[in-house]
Amino acid sequence: MKELAFRVVALTVLFVALAALAALLVDIGVDGAGRLSWDFLTGFPSRRAANSGIWHAISGSIFVIGVTGVLAVPVGVAAAIYLEEYGTRSKMARLIEVNITNLAAVPSIIYGLLGLGLFVRALGLGRSVLAGGATLALLVLPVVILSTRESLRAVPKSIREGSYALGATTWQTIWHQVLPMALPGILTGLILALSRAIGETAPLITIGAVTFVTFAPQSLSSAFTVLPIQIFNWVSRPQADFQANAAAAIIVLLALLLTMNAVAVWLRDRYQKERQA
Amino acid sequence: MSTAARAVPPLAAVARRDEPASAATGGPAKIRAEQLDFYYGSKRALHGISLEIQPNVVTAFIGPSGCGKSTFLRTLNRMNDIIPGTRVEGRVLIDGDDIYGPGVDVVGLRRRVGMVFQKSNPFPKSIFENIAYGLRINDMAGSKSELAGRVEESLRQAALWDEVKDRLHESALALSGGQQQRLCIARALAIRPEIILMDEPASALDPIATQRIEELVYDLKRAYTIVIVTHNMQQAARVSDYTAFFWLGSLVEYDRTDRIFTAPSQKLTEDYVTGRFG
Amino acid sequence: MIATTTKAPRRVESLIEWGLFVCALVSVGTTAGIIVILAVETWEFFRTVSPLEFLTGTEWTPLFAAPRFGVLPLVAGTTLVSGIAMLVALPAGLLSAIYLSEYASPGLRRIVKPTLEILAGVPTVVYGYFALLFVTPLLQRLLPGLSGFNALSPGIVMGIMILPLVCSLSEDAMQGVPRGLREGSYALGATKMQTSLRVVVPAAFSGITAAFILAVSRAVGETMIVAIAAGQQPRLTLDPTVPIETMTAYIVQVSLGDTPQGTLEYRTIFAVGMMLFLGTFVLNLASAWLRERYREEYA
Repeated sequence: MKELAFRVVALTVLFVALAALAALLVDIGVDGAGRLSWDFLTGFPSRRAANSGIWHAISGSIFVIGVTGVLAVPVGVAAAIYLEEYGTRSKMARLIEVNITNLAAVPSIIYGLLGLGLFVRALGLGRSVLAGGATLALLVLPVVILSTRESLRAVPKSIREGSYALGATTWQTIWHQVLPMALPGILTGLILALSRAIGETAPLITIGAVTFVTFAPQSLSSAFTVLPIQIFNWVSRPQADFQANAAAAIIVLLALLLTMNAVAVWLRDRYQKERQA
Repeated sequence: MSTAARAVPPLAAVARRDEPASAATGGPAKIRAEQLDFYYGSKRALHGISLEIQPNVVTAFIGPSGCGKSTFLRTLNRMNDIIPGTRVEGRVLIDGDDIYGPGVDVVGLRRRVGMVFQKSNPFPKSIFENIAYGLRINDMAGSKSELAGRVEESLRQAALWDEVKDRLHESALALSGGQQQRLCIARALAIRPEIILMDEPASALDPIATQRIEELVYDLKRAYTIVIVTHNMQQAARVSDYTAFFWLGSLVEYDRTDRIFTAPSQKLTEDYVTGRFG
Repeated sequence: MIATTTKAPRRVESLIEWGLFVCALVSVGTTAGIIVILAVETWEFFRTVSPLEFLTGTEWTPLFAAPRFGVLPLVAGTTLVSGIAMLVALPAGLLSAIYLSEYASPGLRRIVKPTLEILAGVPTVVYGYFALLFVTPLLQRLLPGLSGFNALSPGIVMGIMILPLVCSLSEDAMQGVPRGLREGSYALGATKMQTSLRVVVPAAFSGITAAFILAVSRAVGETMIVAIAAGQQPRLTLDPTVPIETMTAYIVQVSLGDTPQGTLEYRTIFAVGMMLFLGTFVLNLASAWLRERYREEYA
């Protein structure tokens, strides 16, 4: 009897969680679907909700995570290679590892404060795309490092041994054998890291990605805004029209996320098939 | 595993050698180990191994699992260096130079002392690229035609050329187990080593593939010095000229193969080769 | 002849290794940067405002003409929302984990696990929208006195967002318990529920506790849901039906404004940020320590 009650309760809990997700998606779909149009996607904001578009935010988001990727990948992959292939067992490596695990759990808004103090002020980058991208790069760096390490670890030891036995140096072995084999996994990790970055709001607000930017960013030093911030801006307005805009923008954001994750999953599946071959 | 009918004699009863075991007369040894100790961390895996290996012969290392024969083999090309926490005491001389001396170029050493592993480990590239890799990283590639020539030469030496000449640019992983192992041998031969170390090269292969590997080993010894670790005593008897018997990290006996298998001088050796234990 | 080391290739190799090492140090630099920046600004802040007032004051009105700098209302706000979130996420997450780990069929797992992953991947600003424009009106029908901005709605939504984290970490912990323990229990005639609750969960205790602590840390650091739905009225209260402000929402509020750099108001976000960082740091440390201990038990 108790057994049955337990199962029922557990299943109810799971059901409620799934129902909540469904409710969220349906609610947003209902609120926002009406506002979706080509004009909406390519337009710029205006005082009248009905005339507002999100092109400035979409281009800002893409620009910023582009910078994030360009900054985070070389540093993250290099750090992972060091930890996995060179530095194993040394005290320094252990310290770095503990540090990375800790950084992965620091609230994202703290990264915003870091970005504000370091990139915006100390390095004088101002409230620019570069500062935003750099801040997010630091935020996703632990994710890139951890997933790259996993990909490197998945390369069998026998491949490395075979390479060393032929008289290859550590770097030759990494560059010619290990990295090519780990590449699909690294790419998958990168896409997942970027899909996390594209949804980030708090750190970018903190470094000053202002909500009243109404143009698409032109260069690395441009002011900018991103999709989540525009959503936040519209949600905060009491008028129902703006809230509909917010919902529509959310649909676009979720669609972007879905695409990125689908690409990552496709990559991972193809990679697994190749390994099996 | 058959258990000993009599108690296995303790280590102290084994004759200790202070001079490197030398089973041949005349001619300088190609490889010479002097009182080699090897440690995994604090655990001592090899005890005072002293041994001389002759050039252009096949030397087999035999012994039960865990006796240190693979560990010793890997000290000869310093492959154990890539395992953290290992330590070597004593000397290993190749052509008179201590390979553990200060400032030794380990990368260059491994070009001269090639290795074939128990489980074949071709790179996930084409057959051609597998062999070209070793040539390129050792600056032995030359022009495109020279490279192709060297690849063909090593595939012929490994008795694999005829089987793969039409599919050099297909993946090496599509080959059978025996072919993959011969590819690994070709890969090792391509960079013109002087010594080839083989760690149970046929243990994962079927009898026919095994036989081809053994024939290959026999052919190769004319140009190379070969050291082969095997847990298969019949294989050692078939293939090798000299045999070294290891037990619990020590070298028990080292002699011409026919003497080891017909009239060994150590009781322990006799017990092992007659199958009383191990 | 064994060649001795040739200089040129060696130099390139060690240069590469050095370069990779520097990249690995970036993470250490990040932590150092966070600590330095927070510390410097907080230090400046405490030159004007006394730490005692900051830590024990009950009014937080730094942007007023007569400013008060007691941080307790913000801490209370954070605690209230996180507490509600944990009331939702911890029991539900653990229950789900037990069910998925010990009971669920592979078919059900195939549906539930990706769904939970999706729940965890939705951007927090979307959850904020959901809390403000769906959950709050819904709750207002049940609780007529519920204000438009409150702690209950974001707390519940945050709980739903964190549930997948609790579930997956707890499930990992339970999967780590050796089969032998379960089999021993079944062999004694125990039911699945008895085995799960009396053998597996206690065995996975450190791992599960680590998961709980990490969930709390996540809730404390969460920003957008509360910035959108909880309000901007710092209030020292445990009433979930009125507007409050959390530490994170305060930082957002100031950042959105035009507060010039170098002023006291500007420094308040770093002082609050320092509290937030220290709080989550301690929680993360505790969680990591527990996870290490758990790994040692079943290594």
